[in-house]
Amino acid sequence: MAAVLETIGLTRHFGGLVATNAVSFRLEQGARHALIGPNGAGKTTFINLLTGVLSPSEGKILLEGADVTTLQPDARVRRGLARTFQINQLFAGLTPLETIGLAVSERLGGGADWWRRFGARPALVTEAIGIAERFRLTDVLDRKTAELPYGKQRLLEIAVAFACRPRVLLLDEPAAGVPEAERHDLLATVAALPRDVSVLLIEHDMDLVFSFAERISVLVQGALFREGTAAEVAADPAVRAVYLGEGDDA
Amino acid sequence: MSLPEPAADAARLLGRRARIRPAEWLFWALAFAALFLLPERHLILNSIAVQALFALSYDLVLGFAGIVSLGHAAFFGVGAYAAGLMTKFVTGDPLLGLAAAGLAGGVVGFASSFLLLRGSDLTRLMVSLGVALILAEIANKAAWLTGGTDGFSGMAVGPVLGRYAFDIFGHVAFAYSLCVLFVLFVLARIVVHSPFGLSVTALHHNPLRARAVGVPVNRRLVAMYTFAAIYAGIAGGLLAQTTQFVSLDVLDFNRSADVLLMLVIGGTGYLYGGMIGAALFVLAQDQLASLTPQYWHFWIGLALVVLTLVGRERFAKRLGAFARLLPGAR
Ligand SMILES: Nc1ncnc2c1ncn2[C@@H]1O[C@H](COP(=O)(O)OP(=O)(O)OP(=O)(O)O)[C@@H](O)[C@H]1O
Ligand SMILES: [Mg+2]
Repeated sequence: MAAVLETIGLTRHFGGLVATNAVSFRLEQGARHALIGPNGAGKTTFINLLTGVLSPSEGKILLEGADVTTLQPDARVRRGLARTFQINQLFAGLTPLETIGLAVSERLGGGADWWRRFGARPALVTEAIGIAERFRLTDVLDRKTAELPYGKQRLLEIAVAFACRPRVLLLDEPAAGVPEAERHDLLATVAALPRDVSVLLIEHDMDLVFSFAERISVLVQGALFREGTAAEVAADPAVRAVYLGEGDDA
Repeated sequence: MSLPEPAADAARLLGRRARIRPAEWLFWALAFAALFLLPERHLILNSIAVQALFALSYDLVLGFAGIVSLGHAAFFGVGAYAAGLMTKFVTGDPLLGLAAAGLAGGVVGFASSFLLLRGSDLTRLMVSLGVALILAEIANKAAWLTGGTDGFSGMAVGPVLGRYAFDIFGHVAFAYSLCVLFVLFVLARIVVHSPFGLSVTALHHNPLRARAVGVPVNRRLVAMYTFAAIYAGIAGGLLAQTTQFVSLDVLDFNRSADVLLMLVIGGTGYLYGGMIGAALFVLAQDQLASLTPQYWHFWIGLALVVLTLVGRERFAKRLGAFARLLPGAR
């Protein structure tokens, strides 16, 4: 199978700390892949490198075979790489409808449109509504994002990333802070995404990881420690020692 | 083309930000009524209209793009000189003069916008201040062109649209400035409610997320800054044409500080704040300056301290709900 996203020797230093250490990683076309690892292992840093929020000290990033290592974050989005944030990064003053609409609008080239009213394009509105329905946001479409319940904000995080119509979707602990009762619904929504979107999920909750992921990579101290099918990783005693054992307190 | 039910609802919700509020009709009705009802005040009303356009420009930068600047007079100043030079050497037609003023403001704005893309608010304050100081010094040194400290006079501004000649009472001047302000306001209103405008609002809220949905943040900031600089240039051009005079004070630091103050008074991010602030500012300046000429800055300083410490919101609440009737006001 072809890798839709690939890194080669990706490394990032913060002063003396090696937060990402020579990571060579492949995300297959249509994957349901999880990235796990203890707190501070460098998972978020890895996502920040992939999306261009941080630039790597060394190494390369290939998106559908093309080198995107030096591209700006917004250019990577236009190439089909979207993400969510571990800590909500939303537009507090906009509504969910406007937020999703903005992502759709940017993809449709709306940034150059300064003369029409936002929302004047039927194609944009229809698509934004469809996405809101998929993420169960229709009941709060017109509320200010800052006033939404936390669970809805987490859904909006994913919805706005999905609105970029990505080829690769990177989810950084999408269920973090969400009440137990809502977590499975949230992950079910992610699992129901179309298969032409390849998903990389970071998650601490092992039940969610195993219910979602077909492949799992384990990151420890910035380096890839193990990688394999969900069953292989679950059975690996070394993984249990470094990670699953510690998972109890999370 | 008719949309299915939920989509039609959504289109309506998305359009709501742009809906025209009753208070807006009132605002403009009052402004145009002044044209007929207060003929003896047209000189000061003209200067309000000019400052209002300048403050509107600054609101686009500060309130929408979120760029703090202490050098907005740079664009006002080059616009004023451009209009002056155009009148003196090319044509007396006011609208062509304004076009030159807008172009000059826009060129300087575009060029300097790249200096403001990186860095903190403090960096931006200092860089914008620096650009304005440099331009002021250039205008001072280029006395052969600008008249230096003596100013630049001998402008024979022609009649507006070839018909309405400027008079000493400011009747035509105010009508002209008010019409220019209104047209540019309408355009600004269209722009801020467009997909482009929403992306600028969004990147102001959260640049990290804006980039993550594909907004090219730097390009948008350059575009908005340049757009606002064109407005500031036109405001400078209006001042030059309606007073038939340009002096070094068009580039003065005080002018940049004053426009910031107007925005503080009126509030940012809903387009009317700068205009309301400009009106209050110019009227207060006029009143106080005639009462206590030396102490004008004392009073404006006091107002600034009170507004900032007490908070405009609490202040505005007492003044009534007017601000809340305006679009986008919180
Ligand atoms: N901008 C930064 N500057 C300096 N150090 C950083 C920076 N970002 C992350 N680090 C450090 O890099 C290491 C990896 O952090 P990272 O946030 O990537 O971990 P993580 O695996 O996402 O952890 P968690 O599970 O807690 O989210 C940590 O030691 C962190 O302190
Ligand atoms: Mg993290």
